[in-house]
Amino acid sequence: MNDMRRTEPTVTENTTKMQARKVQVYYGDNHAIKDVDVDIADKTVTAFIGPSGCGKSTFLRCLNRMNDTIDIARIEGDIRLDGEDIYDPKVDPVQLRAKVGMVFQKPNPFPKSIFDNVAYGPRIHGLARNKAELDVIVEKSLRRAALWDEVKDRLDAAGTSLSGGQQQRLCIARAVATNPEVLLMDEPCSALDPIATAQVEELIDDLRSRFSVVIVTHSMQQAARVSQKTAFFHLGELVEYDDTSNIFTNPKDSRTESYVTGRIG
Amino acid sequence: MTLTAFLILLVLAVTGYVMNRRAASALTADGTRLHSLTHFHGLYALLTVLVPVFVLICLFLILETPIINAMVMAGLPDGALDGLDTGGQQLVLAEIRSISRGRVFGTPEDWKLAAADRLVALYGWFDILLIVTVIALSLAILLFTRRRVAAEFRARQASEKIVTGLMVACSLIAILTTIGIVFALVFEAWRFFQMVPLTDFLFGANWEPQIPIREDQIAAEGAFGWLPVILGTIVISFVALFIATPIGLLSAIYLNEFAPHRIRAIVKPVLEILAGVPTVVYGFFAILVVAPALRGAGAELGVPISPNTALAAGGVMGIMLIPFISSFADDALTAVPRSLRDGSLALGATRGETMLKVLFPAAIPGIVGGVLLAVSRAIGETMIVVMAAGLMAKLTINPLDSVTTVTVQIVTLLIGDTAFDNPKTLAAFALGLMLFIITLGINVLALRIVRKYREIYD
Ligand SMILES: Nc1ncnc2c1ncn2[C@@H]1O[C@H](COP(=O)(O)OP(=O)(O)OP(=O)(O)O)[C@@H](O)[C@H]1O
Ligand SMILES: [Mg+2]
Repeated sequence: MNDMRRTEPTVTENTTKMQARKVQVYYGDNHAIKDVDVDIADKTVTAFIGPSGCGKSTFLRCLNRMNDTIDIARIEGDIRLDGEDIYDPKVDPVQLRAKVGMVFQKPNPFPKSIFDNVAYGPRIHGLARNKAELDVIVEKSLRRAALWDEVKDRLDAAGTSLSGGQQQRLCIARAVATNPEVLLMDEPCSALDPIATAQVEELIDDLRSRFSVVIVTHSMQQAARVSQKTAFFHLGELVEYDDTSNIFTNPKDSRTESYVTGRIG
Repeated sequence: MTLTAFLILLVLAVTGYVMNRRAASALTADGTRLHSLTHFHGLYALLTVLVPVFVLICLFLILETPIINAMVMAGLPDGALDGLDTGGQQLVLAEIRSISRGRVFGTPEDWKLAAADRLVALYGWFDILLIVTVIALSLAILLFTRRRVAAEFRARQASEKIVTGLMVACSLIAILTTIGIVFALVFEAWRFFQMVPLTDFLFGANWEPQIPIREDQIAAEGAFGWLPVILGTIVISFVALFIATPIGLLSAIYLNEFAPHRIRAIVKPVLEILAGVPTVVYGFFAILVVAPALRGAGAELGVPISPNTALAAGGVMGIMLIPFISSFADDALTAVPRSLRDGSLALGATRGETMLKVLFPAAIPGIVGGVLLAVSRAIGETMIVVMAAGLMAKLTINPLDSVTTVTVQIVTLLIGDTAFDNPKTLAAFALGLMLFIITLGINVLALRIVRKYREIYD
């Protein structure tokens, strides 16, 4: 469906949202990411797949500098957002994270009301001039996360009082509310039932019209369903990165083939 | 001699362990499967010997002296104790005992010398009795346990039962002591309230705990209104918390979230040292450094400041409480899951915003619990105020004035020659009871808050 964005080695500059070159990550002596080059295209869903412990989350966290919060993590290489080096000392990680949002594997709603959870980002970034605007943002975000109908009558209830799947959608709404340009999702559906998963996948597809989404997933079907591009990681290396259809039907590397057909991992 | 008894017991118990373990292993030689591991058979023997005989030795030690005393006194010649009250009899006994230890004053009567000899002889007999009993009883139990070794004997359950029993006994001791203390407190306080009406105590604004020493003394009636005393406690605690809470909280926040590792590695141990300083040292600090400094500053500004101010005592107490509050707040902040912090940071919040809007609110119950515990420590703190606060009870809330506290009054009431039958000394128990009720209330509240907050994240 996205043939116009076929990966050629020379991706045109304007469609590339984020560009990673020779990225290395070390946790102390553990070399967790080795020489990874990736171009994240704009308005595209990119899936990261690979066996557990291969460094998908680690690489994802490089993209919004969340690895900065891990003391022993050390990052080398060059990652650019819209051509700007995000590890440049001039770049404020706080502003970067406002542009590159993140949803975590485990739902982590704040111990605040549902409304305050979603309003958190807009408030600290001053996205709403008054309460009415804030209400609009909150409602829109909750609708996009397919949660509005379930919580519209109890926006004052604690976010932690929701079920696991609802909490995860709340976290998605929270991330969407800040209007990021890139949304990173680390196994966002691992706590969800099939219905909620389908809703989130629909949401991801919808989000693609506005920004690029990077999703880590263990489900081949999910990667195949929602993504246009897929990156296969193995033991800290990026083995193969191509259109999703190519990865699943016509992988170039034998490791990719055995993984997507379920032989390793 | 007691030491010997304990040693014998230990040796026999260990023998029992080895014996039963061997016996159990021997059973397995022909392929029998034991219900319990051989180790538990040994343990069963060890515990069954150790526990009862140990208790027996302790009982013996407690009862030995009273029994021997009674026997010696009963054996005195007729008429020796005639006309003596209990105090006099005690004196005679004390003299006999000191003679038996070789300290003879003057020329004691012959019957006292004889009694002393009998005392020594009795101790000798009792020692022999002890050793013989210990050996006999231990051996009997050993034999009994040895005969129980069998493939199907549930040695593990049996020894676990004994261990459980031991633990129950230990907790019972702790609980009973507490109950006993509370009971004594309530009882003595009740005696006080029979002499001084409860309303006078609770609502009286005068605290002059004197009593007439002679019947005809004029300055007779003391006044036992606790208000000025408790007010002093409140003022000093307030000063202390006013200093300790902000400093403790801010240092915890800094250490937890903002401090580089190197600084944290230095400051945390320093705070712990501060927490380990004996309060008497803080007391020195208050009278030798803080109080003179305050008075100097007062003189400079033309404000008369009394030598024992609530400010000095409370301020130093506040310093004492800083590490307490700080470590509590630090724990509470650390207990907030990392995922919340990451979630906030990933939304583009700064560390400050994350702290202010997510971590701190999430930690508040734990922090409040810590502050409340600090309050009850401040109220109960004795040494600093005894050294640095005043003695005169004054109904004032001026921290530059000299005030006294509940704990200081308890100490002064009980110092010196005291007889426990007048309101002056009994007042100490009434004060103690009130203090106990207040701190108990605060602690219960604090623990409830802390527990509630644990439930959220566990
Ligand atoms: N905070 C950390 N501290 C130290 N080592 C880490 C840390 N996080 C990850 N690692 C190490 O980095 C490597 C990659 O981990 P990562 O979490 O990125 O794997 P993953 O591909 O996301 O796995 P999964 O699919 O199980 O989530 C692992 O070897 C892991 O031990
Ligand atoms: Mg992961």
